[in-house]
Amino acid sequence: MTEALSLSGVNALYGDSHVLHEVSFSLSAGRVLALLGRNGAGKTTCMNAIIGFLPPRDGRISLFGEPIARLSPEAISRRGIGLVPQGRRIFPTLTVRENLVVARQLRPGTARPWTLERVSELFPRLQERQQQPAGSLSGGEQQMLAIGRALMGNPRVLLMDEPSEGLAPRIVAEVGQTIARLKKEGLSIVLVEQNIKLAFGLADDVVMLNTGRVAFSGGVDALRNDEATLTQHLGVF
Amino acid sequence: MRPAAWGVIATVLAGIPLIAGDYYVNFTSQIFIAAIFAASLNLLVGYGGLPSLGHASYLGVAAYLSAWLYLKLGLAHWMTAPIALAATTLMAGLFGLIALRATGLGFLMLTLALSQVLWGTAYRWVSVTEGDNGLRGMTRPAPFGVSLENPAAFYYFALAITLLALWLMAKFVGSAFGATLRGTRDEARRMSALGHDVWLVRWITFVYSGFWGAVSGLLFVYYHKYIHPASLSLTSSAEALIGVIAGGSGTLAGPLIGSAIVMILKNYVSSYIERWNMLLGFVFIGIVIFMPDGLVPGIRRFRTRWWARWKARRS
Repeated sequence: MTEALSLSGVNALYGDSHVLHEVSFSLSAGRVLALLGRNGAGKTTCMNAIIGFLPPRDGRISLFGEPIARLSPEAISRRGIGLVPQGRRIFPTLTVRENLVVARQLRPGTARPWTLERVSELFPRLQERQQQPAGSLSGGEQQMLAIGRALMGNPRVLLMDEPSEGLAPRIVAEVGQTIARLKKEGLSIVLVEQNIKLAFGLADDVVMLNTGRVAFSGGVDALRNDEATLTQHLGVF
Repeated sequence: MRPAAWGVIATVLAGIPLIAGDYYVNFTSQIFIAAIFAASLNLLVGYGGLPSLGHASYLGVAAYLSAWLYLKLGLAHWMTAPIALAATTLMAGLFGLIALRATGLGFLMLTLALSQVLWGTAYRWVSVTEGDNGLRGMTRPAPFGVSLENPAAFYYFALAITLLALWLMAKFVGSAFGATLRGTRDEARRMSALGHDVWLVRWITFVYSGFWGAVSGLLFVYYHKYIHPASLSLTSSAEALIGVIAGGSGTLAGPLIGSAIVMILKNYVSSYIERWNMLLGFVFIGIVIFMPDGLVPGIRRFRTRWWARWKARRS
């Protein structure tokens, strides 16, 4: 199986504090990898290291075999990493349509590239609100916009940082269906989640972080019934 | 604004020389020049989130260059205008490389420092700029054989250039590139994670803004037929910045209204009140206290609230 994204021996620091310790995992093409862990376990830091906001001190990060660690964020994005950031982070003063247009990137060799039309078809509600400032959208709509924006870049690997955070259960289910659909289309996805049920429903593989270290890495089925591991690293169930 | 509203405004502006005296025609021409200048500054301040205190550089240098080429080298207007525009735009490119080493306060100070260098040069390099005497003896061009010496003729010339300039600047901010620029103002890092080189976006805007500043400089020197170091001064940059902020930065109409207010205070009220600068200060403070975002967004909000109340009362 092709490796879409792989981290090996990644160490990252915020100033003097060492936040990622020798983190290694890999995402196979066309699969969904859930990155789990308690608050402060290093999940978002991991995302920041991948997209270039926090260049790792050492270690390798590669995208389909090509090293990307220590490139600039824009260079990493252009190589095909898309991010749905935690807390949505849409551009509030731009219209819904502009939020999508500014993210447009064409990648040669994409079989069915994402366009405004396709994103509108995926999220009809955004279509109706095209000309509204994005800041006026509801939380769920903003999440859809954040996902749509990431898709407009036609990513080869999509990182999603807590897409269910702060959303009503009905909307969470909708977001889950969207992710399932993207997976079916063959997109490789890293899903950071606190919502274990959602993550287990979508993931093929799971990586668990605990205080910046990989505590578990394996198939989702092995973990599903391993209550001891779940309790130890997540404190749930 | 709806196209109908634009139509009404254009008709009113086109009619001014038919009904008003030369004083008001000339005065409105000066407002047009100030409006282009403020609108070009607004590209940086309002849409890019880059507050500049050195925008007079582009107005001043374009004006000085065209006057110097005309007076000292005897070049014709059709040659001096493009040379002055090209050279000033090139200078904006270089200044952008320096000023965009920083954002925010650092950017503000760098733009100020660069413009102060030019201001000092204009004062001291007497053999070229004639220092405090300024360059005098400039004439107005006669495009297609039509002389612009007459106030109405110059007015229509300035109006045409102003409409074109504002239309092109509106196109710029409304384009996908403009949306990217506005996005870098709100969340620069997020824009870079979407694959945009934020620095490059800002630099292109800096150069474009400098170009339109140069256009206003050409009109300025054609109107006054004279250029003095004061046009390169901090006061000149600050007046434009006050116009942008008072009118509403990041809106299309804001800088036009703001710069018109500054011009009215400066040219009209100053003939009645000696300390017009003080009055400008009070007006600015008043606007900012009651409408912190500036007049245009403030009035828009007031109108929305008034509408809602009116509709509630009717139903």
